[in-house]
Amino acid sequence: MQKYLKHSLALILVVALIAISGINCGPEEQQEPEKETYKVGALFSTTGAASNLGVPEKNTVQMMVDEINAAGGVNGHPLQVIIYDDETNSDRCATMANRLIEQDQVLAIVGPTTSGNSLSILDIVTTAKIPLVSCAASIQIVTPVAERYWIFKTPQADKEAVAETYAYLQDEGYSKIAIITATSGFGAGGRDILLADAAAYGLTIVDDQVFDEGDTSMQSQLTHIKGTDAEAVVCWSTDKEGAMVARDMSTLNMEIPLFCSHGIANRAFIDQAGEAANGVIFPAGKLLFVDEVPDTDPQKDTLVSYRDSYEALYGAGTVNTFGGHAYDALSMVVMALEDLEEGLSLAESRAAIRDSLEQITNFAGTGGVFTMSPTDHLGMQPGSLAMIEIVDGEWTWLQ
Amino acid sequence: MKKGEAWASPFLSESDFLSCSMSADQFLQYLLAGLSQGSVYALVGLGFTIIYAVTRIINFAQGEFVMLGGMLSFTLGVSAGLPLAVAAILSIVITAIIGAIMYLLAIRTAKRASVISLIIITIGASIFIRGIAGTKEMWGVDAVRPLPFTGSESIGILGAYIQPQVLWVIGAAVLVTVLLQLFLTRTVVGKALKACAVNPQAAVLVGINIKTMALIAFILAAALGGIGGVVMAPWTMMSYHSGFMIGLKGFVAASIGGFKSPIATVIGGILIGVVENMVVGINYGPFTSQYMDVWGLVVLLAILLIRSGRLASEEA
Amino acid sequence: MLARLISKWPYLIMAVLLIVLILLPFDWFPGKYTTLMIFIGISTMVTVGLCLLMGYTGQVSLGQAAFFGCGAYISGVFSKYYSVNPWLAMLIAAAVTGVFAYVIGYPILRLRGNYLALATLAIGVIVWIILRNEGPGGPDGFSGIPALSIGGFAFDTSFKRYFLVWGFCLATLFISQNIVRSRSGRALRAIHGSEAAAESIGINVAQFKVKIFVLSAVYASLAGSLFAHHLRHISPQTFDAMASVKLVVMAVIGGLASVWGAIFGAGTTRLLSDEILVRYHVLSGWDIPIYGLILVLVMIFMPQGLFVALRSASYWLRYNWRELPSITKGIYERKVLRLRSGGVQS
Repeated sequence: MQKYLKHSLALILVVALIAISGINCGPEEQQEPEKETYKVGALFSTTGAASNLGVPEKNTVQMMVDEINAAGGVNGHPLQVIIYDDETNSDRCATMANRLIEQDQVLAIVGPTTSGNSLSILDIVTTAKIPLVSCAASIQIVTPVAERYWIFKTPQADKEAVAETYAYLQDEGYSKIAIITATSGFGAGGRDILLADAAAYGLTIVDDQVFDEGDTSMQSQLTHIKGTDAEAVVCWSTDKEGAMVARDMSTLNMEIPLFCSHGIANRAFIDQAGEAANGVIFPAGKLLFVDEVPDTDPQKDTLVSYRDSYEALYGAGTVNTFGGHAYDALSMVVMALEDLEEGLSLAESRAAIRDSLEQITNFAGTGGVFTMSPTDHLGMQPGSLAMIEIVDGEWTWLQ
Repeated sequence: MKKGEAWASPFLSESDFLSCSMSADQFLQYLLAGLSQGSVYALVGLGFTIIYAVTRIINFAQGEFVMLGGMLSFTLGVSAGLPLAVAAILSIVITAIIGAIMYLLAIRTAKRASVISLIIITIGASIFIRGIAGTKEMWGVDAVRPLPFTGSESIGILGAYIQPQVLWVIGAAVLVTVLLQLFLTRTVVGKALKACAVNPQAAVLVGINIKTMALIAFILAAALGGIGGVVMAPWTMMSYHSGFMIGLKGFVAASIGGFKSPIATVIGGILIGVVENMVVGINYGPFTSQYMDVWGLVVLLAILLIRSGRLASEEA
Repeated sequence: MLARLISKWPYLIMAVLLIVLILLPFDWFPGKYTTLMIFIGISTMVTVGLCLLMGYTGQVSLGQAAFFGCGAYISGVFSKYYSVNPWLAMLIAAAVTGVFAYVIGYPILRLRGNYLALATLAIGVIVWIILRNEGPGGPDGFSGIPALSIGGFAFDTSFKRYFLVWGFCLATLFISQNIVRSRSGRALRAIHGSEAAAESIGINVAQFKVKIFVLSAVYASLAGSLFAHHLRHISPQTFDAMASVKLVVMAVIGGLASVWGAIFGAGTTRLLSDEILVRYHVLSGWDIPIYGLILVLVMIFMPQGLFVALRSASYWLRYNWRELPSITKGIYERKVLRLRSGGVQS
């Protein structure tokens, strides 16, 4: 009898599985896509290598949805953001994107978190004719604009970050640098730009090292750099690896300064690098030094209110630029939703939202001031990034 | 690699040629880096070896024990503020207990399952442990860094610089290996473990309880992993997904040791660590930091294939 | 009459499933599972090869995802950068992957058990690193892979690709089933039983093992190519070491003893992670531990895989379905009586 019970268990399990998924698919069918609730999709990497970026993005979106719905929704329509985790995996990202588009039938998609995942769903989004506002850095996401009709993005381009860094290096009189980058999409993209643009700023790259996300030590790569005559090290990665580079440099008694990417604009970097974080210089958005931003800056109000709301919910000092990118992205989608006419079909709504997004002018977000146009789906002016130095565990603005 | 262009695959470039040479203190630096990373692999490999030797199971959750050791020592040592020694020992004990629980709940209940089913069970357990560690209620997605045992001022040795924690890692590996050897050869329990490894049926005949031995093996392996995590985390930080790659490299180390000899496992781990770091130092052609992991694996494949002649008579 | 119909139930079930399969991607069908089913179909193709390899020859391969990646990359690169017809690119990819598997097969397959697993894992990681470093787009992978097409008819929507993928999938399933039932299949099972014995009756063990290894690699390559032409983007993350492990999990959960187990394994695993557990992901990532837990439980209680467990359950049902009410009643009485009489045995 035991054996048969075990077998019935198998049958019951399968039936249960089917039943559960059946229940889940049921209610979806009845809802008309554009009636009462406005459904927006979000793809963030809340687990996996980019989780330090994805979690604040998700937190931000959830915070915004609560605020908007408490204030009555968008033109009376409740806002619902369906957030999926892509596990920093482009296969998963594509699956979830398809799910958002076909099953959840959302009006627009915010995210993904990483450049790699954003690039991976470009075709899907374009074929499905649904607008996407990415939270990733690579400029490839929105260029060439002719092929990126449906795609926008909010973070400053990696090209811009490199330009700021190189300009600073040039002003300070550096001529020989070593670069050390992560093999991730973000790091590799940064490396391409670092290599390509160095000469324009009078910089020679004397060493070019890479490391993997899973590595526990960058000492060997740094030892190699130490053996060259580099005057500074430029590291392009996100916070966890960046912190390790900083600490390893300190361990190896390397005297030359460390410059990082905007990927370390996160308190986790300071926590993990400890003492070694002091003296690190990197470009970042104004969220990191909100109080020092002059009142005349058009972004000031947005920065202060976002910082205050986020930290009220998640703790002091937790605000970071990644959450800010999600804030900018969802804000723009909400602005587009506010202009949305009633009674349009799903396809028409998506197209209308896309058009509205393209017409956004002078929107003061956390990352910069956005003016979208048919030839520019990033819409940011240069100067949205500032150089920041970490002093005594705090971010200070180098003016 | 430029995106979007027709790609060609340049393995070499002019600057590589120039950076081929290495100075003495650079060599020492790479060697020390390799020794320290290799020690971690060795500790993990020992855990794999013990479990495999006694139960013939590849425990995919071995890397997670390392992760748990590190995370727990952070929670106990930093968040709860316990003194270092207490936090360390407690972390190891808790990890060992988790290993025991895993064995009792997951392995022992799967009576007479095939080896591959047991492997999948350990995979499931590793996913479970990793997942729990990553939930918001536990440690979430951030990396943590427990306090280093003796400060973080780097020590200079003949022109090379290391963190003092590295010495703890190497020291722990050495100490553990010695103790383990003593345990296996001098104590009754240890000898019983070895007996199970050599011939399970004969062990049963002389009255050794295989199930108890398996439990002890799991506890021991979990403790080893925990020790690895405790000494390693202050040096390299730890997060909920650190366990996978560490487990993989440890698995490689154990294979070099033939899943039998602890000494060979340790040598294997250190070999992998040193090879990986030397490759970075050479920085010429395909021997660059980009291909660091590859060369350790190539060495492994070479060893496996050379030995495959001798292994042909060994059962799977 | 009813009894005769019920006695032919395996065919009934298959017919029903086939009808569901054909009707599923249509808009009016309840639920939108087209994309999910495409991924299941692709995973099934790889898993079938793995089932043959692991189930019938006992060789564990923890690097199958690498063949998948090879197929995807070669097919993608040739069709995008060299404007080769996608079908031809797929064939080239399958051929190259097959040759690759053949070349590494002989030395690797001399190893046994865990060492073989490790060697395949190592090769998988090596291939992954090489493709990640040298492939176009690096770790990001590349997009813009053209879709497959016949003449002017392009497979450019999920609907069309669904049938393409499942056509391939069913074809591989039937081919594999034929292999299993043929002389080769018996030879394979002999090898699984005991290589020495098989050798002694004249089976060239090494050759068979390599053949199956190459076949599984070709299946994986075709699946990879289909994947690349479906998603029109491929990145190295799709076939890292974890992916290979997940494939093995799919094969074992489904059941290694049968080719149809592959569908079960791939289907339930994908269904679990993509459909059901996504609901729980909102609870801050508890879906991962639940997935692990389910894995462990399935392996403990159904170590032979879901397919075998279901089959024996259904056989039992078939013979005892008349007694179902009385059995239920009996269990109920025993349990309830026990409770009511305070623990006294009935």
